[in-house]
Amino acid sequence: MALEAHGIVTGYGEVNILHGVSVTVHEGEMVAVIGPNGAGKSTLLRAVFGLLPARAGSVRLHAQDVTNRRPDQLVLRGLSYVPQVDNVFPSLTILENLEMGAFVRQNGLHERAEQVFELFPDLAGRRGELAGRLSGGQRQMLALARALMLDPSVLLLDEPSASLSPKMVGMIFERILEINRGGTAILLVEQNAREALSVCHRAYVLAMGENRLEGEAQALLGSEEVGKLYLGA
Amino acid sequence: MMAAVTSARSSLSDRIRERRRMAAAWLSGPGLWVIIALFMTWAVLQERDAFTVGIVSGSIFALGALGLTLIYGVLKFGHFAHGDTMMFSAYIAFFLLGGFIVGERPGDELQVLPVTVNDLPGAGDAIWKFSFGYGLWVAMAAAAVLTAGIMVGLDRLVYRRLRDRKSGIVIFSIAALGVAIATRALMFIFYGPSPRLYYPGIRERLDLPFDVSLLADQLFIFATAVVVTALIYLLLFYTKLGKAMRAMADNADLARISGINTDRIILQTWIVAGGLIAVAGVLLALQVQLDPELGFVLLLPLFASAILGGLGNPQGALVGGLIVGITQEVAVTLDLPLIGEVSAGYKFSIAFIILVLMLLVRPRGLFGARV
Amino acid sequence: MSGEAATGPDRRQIRLPIAGLAACAVVAGLILFISYDQSPGALPDGNISGTFSFFVLFLTFVAVYGVFTLGLNIQWGYAGVFNFGVLAFFMVGAYTTAIFTKTPAKGSFTDYVGGFGDALNFAPGLATDQWFVPLVATLAAGAVAGLLAYVVSIPTLRLREDYLAIATIGVAEFVRRVAIEERGLVNGTRGLTGVPLPLRGLVDRGDEKYLKLVIAAVVLALVFLALERAVRSPWGRVLLGLREDEVATEASGKNVAAFRTQSFVLGAIIMGIGGSMYAYASSALTPDSFTHFTATFLFWAMLMLGGSGNNQGAIVGAFVLWGFWTLTLQIQGYELGDAVETRIPYVRDLVLGSLIVLVLLLRPAGLIPQEARVSMWVERRIRKLQAAERRSPDGEPVLD
Repeated sequence: MALEAHGIVTGYGEVNILHGVSVTVHEGEMVAVIGPNGAGKSTLLRAVFGLLPARAGSVRLHAQDVTNRRPDQLVLRGLSYVPQVDNVFPSLTILENLEMGAFVRQNGLHERAEQVFELFPDLAGRRGELAGRLSGGQRQMLALARALMLDPSVLLLDEPSASLSPKMVGMIFERILEINRGGTAILLVEQNAREALSVCHRAYVLAMGENRLEGEAQALLGSEEVGKLYLGA
Repeated sequence: MMAAVTSARSSLSDRIRERRRMAAAWLSGPGLWVIIALFMTWAVLQERDAFTVGIVSGSIFALGALGLTLIYGVLKFGHFAHGDTMMFSAYIAFFLLGGFIVGERPGDELQVLPVTVNDLPGAGDAIWKFSFGYGLWVAMAAAAVLTAGIMVGLDRLVYRRLRDRKSGIVIFSIAALGVAIATRALMFIFYGPSPRLYYPGIRERLDLPFDVSLLADQLFIFATAVVVTALIYLLLFYTKLGKAMRAMADNADLARISGINTDRIILQTWIVAGGLIAVAGVLLALQVQLDPELGFVLLLPLFASAILGGLGNPQGALVGGLIVGITQEVAVTLDLPLIGEVSAGYKFSIAFIILVLMLLVRPRGLFGARV
Repeated sequence: MSGEAATGPDRRQIRLPIAGLAACAVVAGLILFISYDQSPGALPDGNISGTFSFFVLFLTFVAVYGVFTLGLNIQWGYAGVFNFGVLAFFMVGAYTTAIFTKTPAKGSFTDYVGGFGDALNFAPGLATDQWFVPLVATLAAGAVAGLLAYVVSIPTLRLREDYLAIATIGVAEFVRRVAIEERGLVNGTRGLTGVPLPLRGLVDRGDEKYLKLVIAAVVLALVFLALERAVRSPWGRVLLGLREDEVATEASGKNVAAFRTQSFVLGAIIMGIGGSMYAYASSALTPDSFTHFTATFLFWAMLMLGGSGNNQGAIVGAFVLWGFWTLTLQIQGYELGDAVETRIPYVRDLVLGSLIVLVLLLRPAGLIPQEARVSMWVERRIRKLQAAERRSPDGEPVLD
């Protein structure tokens, strides 16, 4: 089991957003979390990544308990996270952004950067440019690239397709699939349920901070309830 | 016909509005630079002495603002104790040089250190045309180390606890104010209100090309500021620590997410800032006499410099410091229409006026704020 | 656990401000004791009455400073508006009062604008030593201070909070400088003396100190009652929400910037009135007596100690800290030797600075903590949002 979150309870202030959510991601698997706005999808990723303290429940990474660990400890164990917005350092260059992604790495930085650039050739030619100058799609690419710098075994992605043009959405998902084919397990939160279900192996449906449905992506895509609620069919 | 009149009028008012918008855009963009360039050119040609002094005090402001802006970028709060810690470090250097505090009666000196920097062989012999010997450098370096330690200690004692509690930035600023008040009081207790000099004696004046005349010590101040700024630039753009500091200024959450140990970067920022504070403080004490009120007086020019350049932006701090320094010195030589002669008493209010104008025209500062 | 709290019973309880009352009692006791202990030689009219008039003077300034802390409280305590330039509004209020109540400048040693005391005295029954002129002067003091605050708020209030802090320090320094440098304005460093006391025709000259106390106390009480009403009104509840969570308040459709400006201006008006009370209580104004320390940071320390966001706390803070200040002055009456005596004021500053930090670290709520109604208000809002979310699963994005 690459990642196993069990019974996560968390929230802001005195209000709980998640009331015991569980998801698991197997090695090399790509799993989607879908659900309506306010279901707690992004909150789940933040709790898994230790940004929001889990008030109950546990997170296990490769069978080791990592509940409420600090992000710098998590990235060393192979977990990386790409937030939905503000996911690059705008006044740093592209190369510096990648360096920050590999901050805990002691050496081999440039070799790894070249490997990552191979995956994102658009960025390679502009490595000295400021990230703030990039277009929305390129930023998303850079955000992915940054998270790959430590060669993570599990990647958490928060709505990578949000506010991108349909063409860019296609390109981003292509890259995500490629990353997954390279052996990285991915936990993907998506608003765009149809797109997410068509690329992932399995999916969870959250609603009001609780697990609603789970299953094979194809099966959910065909499910009447999911179709009615989230696919606008 | 009525409709035609209305539409003509509205298009006219539209055009005026458009003009006004464009004028505002020009003023907050290229126009601002043009105005600054014109003013500086005029100052160089007409008020060369004031301009020269302005560059010297400006380079001290720049060092102070650089530290302020680093703290702002990484820790996200206005360090209201910055001026007072500068003053404090200058007193540390003073203490190390002479080894005494003030005794029972005003004027009495109580020797505390058995061995002082001035006791080192040849430490007090003036180098070149400066008023000081290498002892000042020793004292400055030692003050930098001590100040860095004190800043780290303060962070552990005060600011980290506030961070752990997730206090708002304003709470940090109030805490810094408390620290400032206490620091100032401490120096009054140890040294009293009378002004101090590192080295009494004559200061030699240099006559440089282009009719520029300044004290040898002032040349040293400017040169040190340039060197230190260059070092900070190298740190920020060519070291892992510096890049992480810039990354935190940009987006502290993402820095954490990337696996940067933000607590450690914060500590290292305090160390760098402490060093900057000490160097700026010692240079300040070379330029003017040292007294405990100095810290508060610095607050406005330092913040004005940092905000003028763009908070959290190191290049901005340098340029902002120089502009504020020069404007301050030049402005009090002015004889303006309507207002008349500008009294020297307004010197430190000039910084405030620059600050307010900047906030009105371009709140992000010349180089863009990072926080 | 927290879920329970959110839906559980009203947790607000009435706390007796024991710590605050105890601190007041200790300070008052010490002041009385020392002034009694020191008075035989110093005061001709006997121990008890000397001690008594000293205490009346002390209370007068507690009342005056209490007005400032209340003004600061409406800005910082309720709306989170960060004013480090109380000095500016204090000084403007005090000088406006002097200009309105004094007679025009004459002689070569005085030079100032205004002096409307006689001009305003246009009808019988309005004499300076009675009520009309001082009333106009105090209202003018509030108005001028409020206007200044409004002008300052334009470039700064929509920006980050700490920009306002540094800008207000700048305003304060500027106002001080203008008072010193513009000689014909308020008589420069020599200052303005002889500000006439309101209603002074009603009492004997020896009893003016009681009159000062009564005036200051009445004004303090009026300001206190007005503010208590204001913060319990719908307007006040928005302010409270503002401080707790600007985003939530904004989300509820309130114009946050307007509320911040209103609280800043209201606070400044109160500070202007406080400045007016100071002018009456001390009757002499010099720029030197207005330092950033005594006219801004002291009030901050008072508010932090008393408990920001709580009007009773603000007054208790003024009482305790002004008491402490007075004690440090009284101590100098004893033979302590030069080394100690010259340092007492600085030790006092050291204590005040450290106190601000310690209160933030150890007792952020101050001596009299703010009541729990703020968080209740926010809680209610969040519960409402949750309920809305449950009703429509595909509704608007909420907290995610």
